[in-house]
Amino acid sequence: MMGHWIVAPVVLPAFLAPLIVLWMRFDLRSQRVFSVAGMTALVALAITLAVSASTNAPEVYRLGNWEAPFGIVLVLDRLSALMLLLTSVLGLAVVLYAIGSGWDKRGWHFHSLMQFQMMGINGAFLTGDAFNLFVFFEVLLIASYGLMIHAGGEARLKAGVQYVVYNLAGSTLFLFALGTIYSVTGTLSMADLAQKVAVMPASETGLLRVGAGLLMLVFAVKAALVPFQFWLPATYTNAPGPVAALFAIMTKVGVYAIVRIYTLVFPAGGTIGWLAQEVLLPAAAISLIIGMIGVLGARDMGRTVAYSVIGSVGTMMLAFAQFTEAATGAGLYYMVHSTLAAAALFLIVDLVRERRGAAGLAITPVPPIRNAGLIAGMFFAGAIAMAGMPPLSGFIGKLMILDATRGQWWLWGVVLVTSLIAILGFGRAGSTVFWKAHAAEGDQPEPTRDATAPGLAFTAAGGLIAGLVALTVFAGPASAWLRTTAQQLYTPSAYIDAVMAGAYERAWAATSGHGDSHAEVPAEGHGADAPAEPVSGH
Amino acid sequence: MEALVASAVGIMTAAGIYLILRLRTFPVVLGMAMLSYAVNIFLFATGRLAVNLPPILGHAGAETAGYTDPIPQALVLTAIVISFGMTAVVVMLSLGAFIEAGNDRIDLGPEENKK
Repeated sequence: MMGHWIVAPVVLPAFLAPLIVLWMRFDLRSQRVFSVAGMTALVALAITLAVSASTNAPEVYRLGNWEAPFGIVLVLDRLSALMLLLTSVLGLAVVLYAIGSGWDKRGWHFHSLMQFQMMGINGAFLTGDAFNLFVFFEVLLIASYGLMIHAGGEARLKAGVQYVVYNLAGSTLFLFALGTIYSVTGTLSMADLAQKVAVMPASETGLLRVGAGLLMLVFAVKAALVPFQFWLPATYTNAPGPVAALFAIMTKVGVYAIVRIYTLVFPAGGTIGWLAQEVLLPAAAISLIIGMIGVLGARDMGRTVAYSVIGSVGTMMLAFAQFTEAATGAGLYYMVHSTLAAAALFLIVDLVRERRGAAGLAITPVPPIRNAGLIAGMFFAGAIAMAGMPPLSGFIGKLMILDATRGQWWLWGVVLVTSLIAILGFGRAGSTVFWKAHAAEGDQPEPTRDATAPGLAFTAAGGLIAGLVALTVFAGPASAWLRTTAQQLYTPSAYIDAVMAGAYERAWAATSGHGDSHAEVPAEGHGADAPAEPVSGH
Repeated sequence: MEALVASAVGIMTAAGIYLILRLRTFPVVLGMAMLSYAVNIFLFATGRLAVNLPPILGHAGAETAGYTDPIPQALVLTAIVISFGMTAVVVMLSLGAFIEAGNDRIDLGPEENKK
């Protein structure tokens, strides 16, 4: 049992971020030390929490010791532990890359914004309250606005304005959705909502379905599902390389929220019927098609990778929209894979950009860049993983998704044809940039000179690829673990019991105790939270 | 009163959506502010409209004349703080983009594709 450690992934970055911005404002070295130490601690914490979650039932942390429907709870189950682990690993790689490539000294407050970003993402994965989810979304968004425009520049600021406005509109929609759901159910605690929604007579669910539909739109904006994908390519291309890599987890926050809410609160076939599946399945298929066509049509490498993120979100949503255990397990595997693959590709593309000078990322032949061989090899590995070719984990993930959707032949057709398009797209980009370079005339482009430690940058990107290799080698245990995670998602009673079982009784005992505060002896069941006599030293 | 509140939310949302679809950042920022006002009133109304009632229950057992739901008030307070902060951020960002680019168009323009 993890006790207070459950809140640590939120509290630790929440302390580190202001510490870095206030105390080490002008000292980049100590900023870097504390940032890397914080990220390492987060990885260790996430591993501990994941180990605990994989043997225990969902565990609840009551903030301020308020019981569930009245207070906010954090819930640690296998899915949230998995997301925490993925986030922290990605965060560590991104910070190492930012230090190595010198990105963190091109603007202010990179490291403290990173910590705020971690705080928001971890909180969104842990919280068990829908309004608190909104608050953590805002925390992670406001940090991402700062990171997005890190180091400034005209195109980046303009893309940043678009990104901010799009997400502000999304946040407004989120509030409308929450208000609608609250007006019907009178609660926003997810476990309590699940109980109340399940017993609601079908004749009274009209407004609730509106709320559920609005919520789906909000999460689709975050996940960049068609038709809400327009913000993604410009944002990811113009963001600094390491930030784009970190943003690979941001679309997964939307995916996570969809999986969480539509298995727990609005399960398929439940009160709102099959609404989620009917909306998600076509949206996912079209996202996949548009994403992969975008990979083929992109004119710069940043957009190639950005569109492949849209495609991969489509792929995993095809699996999640089945709402079966096997398909969800496969989708989770593909999600872990595609997050690592997209982040690795963004870092590799940034390595290219740093070395191509004025040519930027355009897919045109430019004389070979420095370290061309190594970078080309890494891009090759990342592209294989992203397109879903053997031997890397993308192939295994897609195979598992195809296996879980057996019988839906149109879906097989979409996945297989789009994979071919992606292979073509990546092949065209890679061969033009790395191969035709040898035929191009001119001098080697001038690389950016302010890299702190290029070796560290390569290590960070390589580390993510090593993660993909590990995910391939240990595909058996990993997919078994994720399958059990999916099982836990489809037995929401465990989650609900962890939060709600006995909550009203305990809350009642606590309040009736306080009501008799003039009494000499605290009422029985008062618990240890209100000592009978003052403790010295407090 | 219901009609007044409902039409206020509706009109402000409509105006906000119209404004955020404009091409310049200034109307877009105004539109965002308008939308956040609309959603704040909407959130406030989700606890049902009740006039002159306290947001607390009376003592247990005592007769209570009624109460207004305090939770939407807490939610709307949070939402106001967040939307105020976000408006400040988007104003600063738009100013930054305006100073860098020399115009306040919100689209990226053809130069984006040359990058």
